[in-house]
Amino acid sequence: MISILQQHSIQLPALGRSAILVPLYSHKVAAGFPSPADDYIEGRLSLDEHLIHNKNATFFVRAKGNSMTGAGIFDGDLLVVDKSLNPSSGDIVIAIMDGDLTVKRYIKQGAKVMLKPENPHFMEIVLKDGQELQVWGVVTSTVKKFVKC
Amino acid sequence: MPIALVDCNNFYVSCERMFNPKLEGKPVVVLSNNDGCAVARSNEVKALGIKMGEPWFKMEQIARQYSIISYSSNYTLYGDLSARVMSILSDFSPRQEIYSIDECFLDLDGFDPKALMTYGQTIRQTVMRNVGIPVCVGIANTKTLAKLANHCAKKGLAGSAGVCDFNILNKEDRKDLFASIPVNEVWGVGHRIKTRLNGLNIQSVEDLCCADAEYIRQQFSIVLERTVNELNGIPCIELEEAGVPRQQIMVSRSFGQPVTTLEDLSESVAYFTTRAAEKLRKDGSVAACLCVYVRTNPFKKDEPQYQRSIVVPFIQPTDDTTKLVDAALTGLKVIFRNGYRYKKSGVLLMGLQSKGMIQASLFDDLDQQVRSDNMMKVMDTINLKMGNGSLTIAATGVRQRWAMRRERKSPDYTTDWSELPVAE
Repeated sequence: MISILQQHSIQLPALGRSAILVPLYSHKVAAGFPSPADDYIEGRLSLDEHLIHNKNATFFVRAKGNSMTGAGIFDGDLLVVDKSLNPSSGDIVIAIMDGDLTVKRYIKQGAKVMLKPENPHFMEIVLKDGQELQVWGVVTSTVKKFVKC
Repeated sequence: MPIALVDCNNFYVSCERMFNPKLEGKPVVVLSNNDGCAVARSNEVKALGIKMGEPWFKMEQIARQYSIISYSSNYTLYGDLSARVMSILSDFSPRQEIYSIDECFLDLDGFDPKALMTYGQTIRQTVMRNVGIPVCVGIANTKTLAKLANHCAKKGLAGSAGVCDFNILNKEDRKDLFASIPVNEVWGVGHRIKTRLNGLNIQSVEDLCCADAEYIRQQFSIVLERTVNELNGIPCIELEEAGVPRQQIMVSRSFGQPVTTLEDLSESVAYFTTRAAEKLRKDGSVAACLCVYVRTNPFKKDEPQYQRSIVVPFIQPTDDTTKLVDAALTGLKVIFRNGYRYKKSGVLLMGLQSKGMIQASLFDDLDQQVRSDNMMKVMDTINLKMGNGSLTIAATGVRQRWAMRRERKSPDYTTDWSELPVAE
């Protein structure tokens, strides 16, 4: 214990150094003219702010497959999903189907609820009577990258 | 006066289910570090009689029989969802005490006492709608009672739809309810105290409620006397709001497999110190000394046992990872002995104080201090951006043979771009 103290905790001024440097001021004083733009600077634009309205309820989901290409959603796109929103007919949603997450357009006509893919090669999913659709969240935007970086 | 305790139901399991809806309705357990014991159980697993903390090897057979699905704990995921839940809950009261990863107290003083059941429902629904985690709400005049009310809400013993307010129960109903709950459900009454209380013929919560507080203090402690008072509606435990910097920071973990060499132990100690230093800087504190400890596995009775710790003081309190690691490794060299199979190491930072308030000393090298601050800032920024451990000091090692065993960990759905949930 004592040996540790001696070895590592007591710092002696290094030999061969003529003096310990003590700065007179630790802050720089700015000289010259202040920038004329100083009073006009506003915050930079933030994509987070633009795309996310409810931070705590927003999750990112990766799109897979081609069922929503007609809506501009392609394989690998990033989906911004707000869990707190109640879906209205016409919204694109993440729904739970047989235990998996699926992205489709949510259509409600009277008592009839269906999940509509945006690609003619895919079938609509119409809910049977008594079957309840579980909506995981509403897709509020997608993010598509053209250059990998 | 009323306080609410909001507690997430089977929190870790609920987190796993949120991103993997297939788990709904199935028996699920989450295992502790190194996949040791059950730390969270779904209701289906509880119904099979599997207890909290039960070692996995003991339940493997029953797990196979009932197709129990097990997960390694994914604290990255649970931490993120917890932060979301706590942030939402903070909107419901001017004062919040985050008590653990899955529960917090809310001060409801001044709220309309007749409307608290409805308020509790709003809390529940808001958390569910925003994060998808089910919670229960217990409301009462003291923290101990609020805890108990939460237990009643969760078990459906009182209240309705996951919310229970003791203040709207009449005296007789409350008496009957308390008489039906075993005393060990009270906050702070563990197995040992329960056994002793039972010996004094105190079996139920109601028995403890009626016990003489003075007598309880003599027989047990001032802590249990406070519990008795709290059960009788006399607040003794203050709500502690966040923002109070920690007094000490501890990072320790059991190894995935036993470690025998100083080299491997050093890596683990350097790694734990690095994590502790990050927490220290996040709090804006500096540490005056550091304690490092190692131990073998006390459950392996046939192996030679060894454990030791050492405190290394600093002449100038510091938050510099390199200095802290240097001290930790120096300490480790002193206590390390050959010929043991080490199971655990840990680092404790003590004598924490606010960085802005440290006393300067004659031999301080201010230039060096500025350089060190800048370097730590760069390190923290890079690790925040690129993920923990992206930039670290070489002493933490790259092999990390001591790393935790987490064979069944789910993806980091919310914190890693390459592990996001997928929707087809």
